Amino acid sequence: MKVIVDEAKCCGAGQCVLIAPEVFDQRDEDGIVVLLEPEPAGDRHTAVREAAAVCPAAAIQLDEDA
Amino acid sequence: MSVNEQALSYPIPNDAALDPPAEWAELRTRCPVTHVTLPSGDRATLLTRYEDVKQVLADPRFTRQLTAPDAARLSADGSGVFSSEMATIIPDSGEEHQHWRRLVGRWFTAKRMNALRPAMIRIADDLIDDMVKRGAPSDLRASLGFPLPVYVICDMLGVPAADRDRFSYWSDTLLSLTRYGKAEIEVAQGEFFQYMSDLVATKRAEPGDDLMSEMITAGGPEDGGLSDIQILVTGMALLVAGHETTANMIGKMVSMLLADRTRWERLLADPALIRTAVEESLRLDANSGFGLPRYLNAETEVSGTVLPRGTTVVCSMAAANRDETAFENAGEMDLTRSPNPHLAFGSGAHSCLGQALARTELQVVLEALLRRLPTLELAVPVEELERVEGLAVGGLREVPVRW
Ligand code: HEM
Ligand code: SF4
Repeated sequence: MKVIVDEAKCCGAGQCVLIAPEVFDQRDEDGIVVLLEPEPAGDRHTAVREAAAVCPAAAIQLDEDA
Repeated sequence: MSVNEQALSYPIPNDAALDPPAEWAELRTRCPVTHVTLPSGDRATLLTRYEDVKQVLADPRFTRQLTAPDAARLSADGSGVFSSEMATIIPDSGEEHQHWRRLVGRWFTAKRMNALRPAMIRIADDLIDDMVKRGAPSDLRASLGFPLPVYVICDMLGVPAADRDRFSYWSDTLLSLTRYGKAEIEVAQGEFFQYMSDLVATKRAEPGDDLMSEMITAGGPEDGGLSDIQILVTGMALLVAGHETTANMIGKMVSMLLADRTRWERLLADPALIRTAVEESLRLDANSGFGLPRYLNAETEVSGTVLPRGTTVVCSMAAANRDETAFENAGEMDLTRSPNPHLAFGSGAHSCLGQALARTELQVVLEALLRRLPTLELAVPVEELERVEGLAVGGLREVPVRW
């Protein structure tokens, strides 16, 4: 799985960090998403999928085949 | 459907405190883009499907410029905080809005919320102590739901604890358009404005570890920061946006969970479900208020219906959140539902800035109640819970509980 985040779209809601803190973080200066793990391990996929599904800005894209 | 057809009155009247009006399901399947008449008598277009509401809220052509001359007026006298000058001081759209959001957003990150959590737990525990001391039955709305969000916001803004109750009163007057007279509202608004001006001056002289101080020390507009008036209005806006919404949601969430006590028992047995239970309460809230109005500045199409430029659209997130095409068993409360991409906080660039805070507050309250008052129950039958129909946010008049 490959994760791609769009900083321009991100509205800093922090949902991704609450759900998958190992994979996502937020910049201290403005709350915009920081991708910690672009290719997360298998045991994190469920959480990452949930984060992508609930991101209010649709700023998280997943490439499931990668 | 032609414009001349009898239009539905909006908000749709509904007596049930926790259940949705029957019309929603029918509108979603048969008439997802429908004409409605607002309390002002003006016409608008109501959207009830999940996909439509989500798409429109994230589409910048649907603006928040409800002051446009041909935009529908929501209430008869056109008043309300959202039409006051406050709305013009904080940039509303485009890059300037994004800039403002990012300056303030640093105070609403998940990390900050986790850091604030212990203080919130203390606030919740203190309020529950007081409630227990006064004895059952108690109105959970007045004892916990209403004060907690104000206390939390005051802490964030750096407002001394001694001034919290005045804050609470100001917030109440600014939002409760029906409960207070025009004169009373104007006096409260004046006092609040004066208090916030003084607070900016105090924080400038002696910055603390709080949001107001941080906005001030970030510098003025020439340094990429905010002007004094923007700082002041941001402080007021955060109180107004975060108080009544969260206060009401606390009451509605607890009522929904107690309405069928097996839900409460499930949470007692497995507190790990608190996070998903909070999300499910947000999704199922059938009494979330007016919904979000938008003004369309270019012709477009929604679900096959052409909407002309100048249309005022009302997005019902609560109806969309029960759309069977988006959620399995949409009418059921599933405390384990995940993912739960509900629209209670809106969607897109304007989606609730305070959502991480609201979520944390709701989780803290629920955790504290389960821990402290496991025997909690409603002190009246569910049918006796009564709605307050505010223009902006819906809630319950009282939430009588015993334990
Ligand atoms: C359960 C509680 C809450 C609910 C249901 C809620 C709901 C919403 C919704 C639906 C919007 C979108 C408005 C739009 O698109 O026009 C919004 C915006 C906003 N909310 Fe909340 N909110 C809650 C709590 C809070 C809290 C606690 C705060 C902060 C203290 C807050 C601050 C804001 C702000 C500043 C905006 C405007 C964002 C922008 O324009 O970019 N809200 N809220
Ligand atoms: S959930 Fe989406 S909008 Fe929120 S911080 Fe993460 S990427 Fe940004």
